[in-house]
Amino acid sequence: MKRLNAMSRTSRVNFLTYALVIAAFVVLQALSMGGGLSATLQGQLVPVCAYVVMALSLNLTVGVLGELSLGHAGFMSVGAFSGAVAASALQGVIPASGVRLALAMLIGAVFAGIVGTLISVPVLRLNGDYLAIVTLAFGQIIKSIIENLYVGVDGSGLHFSFLKPTVTLEQGGRMILNGPMGIPNIEKISTFLAGFLLILITLVIIFNLVNSRSGRAIMALRDNRIAAESVGINVTKYKMMAFVTSAALAGAAGALFSLGQNTIVAAKFDFNTSILILVYVVLGGQGNMWGSIVAASFLTILPESDAMRGLRDYRMLVYAIVLILVMLATNSPAIKGLFGQILDRTRSKKGGNTP
Amino acid sequence: MTAPKKNATKLVPVPTTNRIPERDVDKAPILECRHLGIDFGGLTAVNEFDMAIGRTEIAGLIGPNGAGKTTVFNLLTKVYQPTRGTILLDGKDTHGMNTVQVNRAGIARTFQNIRLFDNLSVEDNVKLGLHNHIGYGMFSGILRLPAYWKEERVAHERALELLSIFDMQDMANAKAGSLPYGAQRRLEIVRALGTNPSLLLLDEPAAGMNPSETAELMENIVKIRDTFQIAVLLIEHDMSLVMGICEGICVLNFGEIIAKGTPEDIQNNPEVIRAYLGTKNEEG
Repeated sequence: MKRLNAMSRTSRVNFLTYALVIAAFVVLQALSMGGGLSATLQGQLVPVCAYVVMALSLNLTVGVLGELSLGHAGFMSVGAFSGAVAASALQGVIPASGVRLALAMLIGAVFAGIVGTLISVPVLRLNGDYLAIVTLAFGQIIKSIIENLYVGVDGSGLHFSFLKPTVTLEQGGRMILNGPMGIPNIEKISTFLAGFLLILITLVIIFNLVNSRSGRAIMALRDNRIAAESVGINVTKYKMMAFVTSAALAGAAGALFSLGQNTIVAAKFDFNTSILILVYVVLGGQGNMWGSIVAASFLTILPESDAMRGLRDYRMLVYAIVLILVMLATNSPAIKGLFGQILDRTRSKKGGNTP
Repeated sequence: MTAPKKNATKLVPVPTTNRIPERDVDKAPILECRHLGIDFGGLTAVNEFDMAIGRTEIAGLIGPNGAGKTTVFNLLTKVYQPTRGTILLDGKDTHGMNTVQVNRAGIARTFQNIRLFDNLSVEDNVKLGLHNHIGYGMFSGILRLPAYWKEERVAHERALELLSIFDMQDMANAKAGSLPYGAQRRLEIVRALGTNPSLLLLDEPAAGMNPSETAELMENIVKIRDTFQIAVLLIEHDMSLVMGICEGICVLNFGEIIAKGTPEDIQNNPEVIRAYLGTKNEEG
């Protein structure tokens, strides 16, 4: 406990976030092995991990870089499909499912990172609302492209066609991705352990990035772009770094997600999903990583629980209202002052971290 | 991106009209502006701005509100690209450079309306000034390679050293946005110094400070010049500061230079008195 107090505030929060994730994993894994989890909850473990990583990665763009992105599901989609195609194509080559999953996540991350890089070139010339609108459009474009993509595999490798299912395959070949029908019969190789490890890796990447020279530059852009330029910080480079890292992590999350499903279709990763992830980030607090983890976990599990079943259809409606309320509350000086007072009081009771 | 020939041919040494201090005379000036000008649409904001600043000179830029002083700073730092004229930094034409490149070439600045990284700590603000002098990349940072630990330790020590100029090392962990006004102004100077400039531009450094704070600031500006051996160009309305520490002064009015010279020259210049300084028994 003494060492915990000696740490700076940031490293203490980071340490507690790692502890929270590890504790949650141990408890859930024990419950799951002991049969203490309901079947629905058991099935939600992998998607929860994927959405947590999605929220964390979006928080890098929204909270750390300070730019609103409304197309984050697009990167998840790129990762989901490239990862699932890779896993399916490698089925015969690499029998060990763990290795195949890791490779699929890596491929998902690389592809999403490439798409993120391509998109960032036009997008990062913009600021604020305009950037948000363009990312929204790109999310839709990615969805439309994948809905028209056909991929098959045979002895001589992968075959692609676009718009029309004209892939001709040799004897023994099979279609993997079938345009709007998506990828059917996915071999479920994602595990809760893999999801947990991906969350940990994501946290390490984000925390270490934020607390380094590059992360400081990214936050400097958020706080004051003009001042950042005046001290010689390359705006495009660091904006791109945050944006592409965020996209790549979303790609890995997408691969994890898709390989835990029976089938995936491109329509799953639409605007609603992007907004859903944004809700996690806003509710958890911009720039607050443990907040994103908690918000993403609860908001993924709650609608699936039996008690909340009835509200499921109204989910987006409820989220929209909650989002508006949170934004109103965080921008109201009265409520901010109230929270500030409560915080000060608890801090001074604890013996004070006040300067 | 080569400089247009038209500009290049003009670069013969011309005697500059403002007086560079004795000690700097035989060295080339750190900054030289020739026929600098910018138009916004049909409006000429700055015109025919000629100025030279010595290696270790403290120079002042004064004039009434709206005279174009901050616009000159924005031209020097390439926030605006000049419509006409040449800026030579250490003899090199800055044509075609952007703000980031100009900073790397040696110009650092502060802002009239303070621009700090409010949500970051005081130390991090200074480390951002040191950004281009910290030598490790994104992957060393994420993987926490030895380069990260080594460079961060050096940066930490350097940041505290710079903060100690203004006796601010105790505030290193405070949020920059939560500092009192005067300390924020001082932090901006420290951050600018972190970039290791050869010319420091200060935009109203004494604004909002009381007389004793201003006096302390004057001492510190001279101290900075002496320890870092750099040139300082400052915009200021506080005449006690300008006349107290500036060796060369340039007076702007409606975007044009109306006078240049030593503090004594300026104080006795009838046109400056009419346009800006005013007389003790002014008649409305």
